[in-house]
Amino acid sequence: MMETDDAWLVMPLYNEAEVIGGVVSSARASFRKVICVDDGSSDDSAAIAEDAGAVVVRHPINLGQGAALQTGFDYALQDPQMVYLVTFDADGQHQVNDVVAMLARIRRGDVEVVFGSRFLDDRSRPSALKRAVLRMAVAYTNLTTGTRLTDAHNGLRVLHRSVVERLDITQNRMAHASEIVAQIGAMRFDDRPVRYVEEPVHVLYTDYTRAKGQSLWNTVNILAELIWR
Amino acid sequence: MKQLTIQLLLIAGTLAISWRLLMGYGQKAQAVRRLGLVAFAAFAIWSILDPTVWTRLARMVGVDRGADLILYGLVVAFFGFVVTSFRRFRDMEIRYTRLARRLALRETPSPTEHPTLLARGSTDAAATTPTDPES
Repeated sequence: MMETDDAWLVMPLYNEAEVIGGVVSSARASFRKVICVDDGSSDDSAAIAEDAGAVVVRHPINLGQGAALQTGFDYALQDPQMVYLVTFDADGQHQVNDVVAMLARIRRGDVEVVFGSRFLDDRSRPSALKRAVLRMAVAYTNLTTGTRLTDAHNGLRVLHRSVVERLDITQNRMAHASEIVAQIGAMRFDDRPVRYVEEPVHVLYTDYTRAKGQSLWNTVNILAELIWR
Repeated sequence: MKQLTIQLLLIAGTLAISWRLLMGYGQKAQAVRRLGLVAFAAFAIWSILDPTVWTRLARMVGVDRGADLILYGLVVAFFGFVVTSFRRFRDMEIRYTRLARRLALRETPSPTEHPTLLARGSTDAAATTPTDPES
C-alpha cells in the first residue's frame, strides 16, 4: 500500500475543462485518490477529470462550491483508509508540492488541521486590491470565529478525518471558506479546541485564475452571506 | 413631538424583524405569526365597519392620516415578508442540497469498489507515481 493511500484530494469542479486535465494529472502523479465533485458543469470538465484518473461525483444540478466540498467530504469518509483530506482548487492555482509539505506537517500528529496561507511568504502575488480584500475578510473571520489566521479564504487545506467527520458545510456559495474556519474554531475534542497551523503556500495567479477568480462585487456577497446565514 | 411615537414603533418593528432574521424560529414563532394573522383579520373587519378607526389610531401615535399609518405598517410588513422568504429559501436550499448530494453519491461507486481506484491499484499507480512524496 502506498503511503498516500490514507489521503484524499477533494476538488470542487465547475466549468474548468481548459485546465482540469492538467491539474488532475499533476495531482495524480503524487496522490492516488483524487475526487472531483462536478457541480453541474456545462462543459466536458467531468469527463476530462475522469480520463485523467480522478473519481468523479456528479451533482445533478449546480449547487455551489461549498456544497461540492461537502459532497467530496461525504464520499471520502466512505473510505475507511482515509485519514487526511486535502481541499484543492480545480483551477490550477494550488501546487501539489505544497500539499506534500502540508501532509508532512499534519503527519507529525500535533495538529488536526493545516491551513494554506499565501501571506506567510512572498511567493504569491495577489493584486493590491485582492490583498486588501482578503485581509479584510480574514480580519472579519478572525473576529467572529476566535481563530487566528492570516488567510481564511485559501482553498488549500489539509484536514484530519476526525475534523472532516464533524464538518457540515451549509453555505453553498462563497461563504463556505469562513464557515469551515468557524466550525473548526467551534469544534471541541474532549473539551480542547482543534489544533491548527498555517503553512505557507504558493497561490499561482495566472490570467486564467484571475479571470475565474472572485470579483470585488463577490466580496459584498460573501459578507452578506456571512452575516445572514 | 408626537411623531416620536410612530417613529419608535416603526423602528422597533424593523428591529424586531431584523432580529428574527438572525435568531432561530420554531413552533413559538409560527404560533405568534398565526395569532398575529387572526388579530389582523379581526382588526380588518373592525376597520371595514368603522373606517375612522385607522385615523384615530394614527392620531394616537402621532400620524396625521390613517392611510399614512397603513402605508408605514405595510413597509415594515413587507420587510418582514422579505426576511421570512429569505429564511425559507435558505432552508429549502439546504434541503435540496442534501437531496442532490445523496443522489450524486448514490450514482458513484463507493471508494472501496470504484473501478478507477481498483484498476489503478498496484501497477498503474506505481507507473503514475514515480516518486513517493513521503520518502
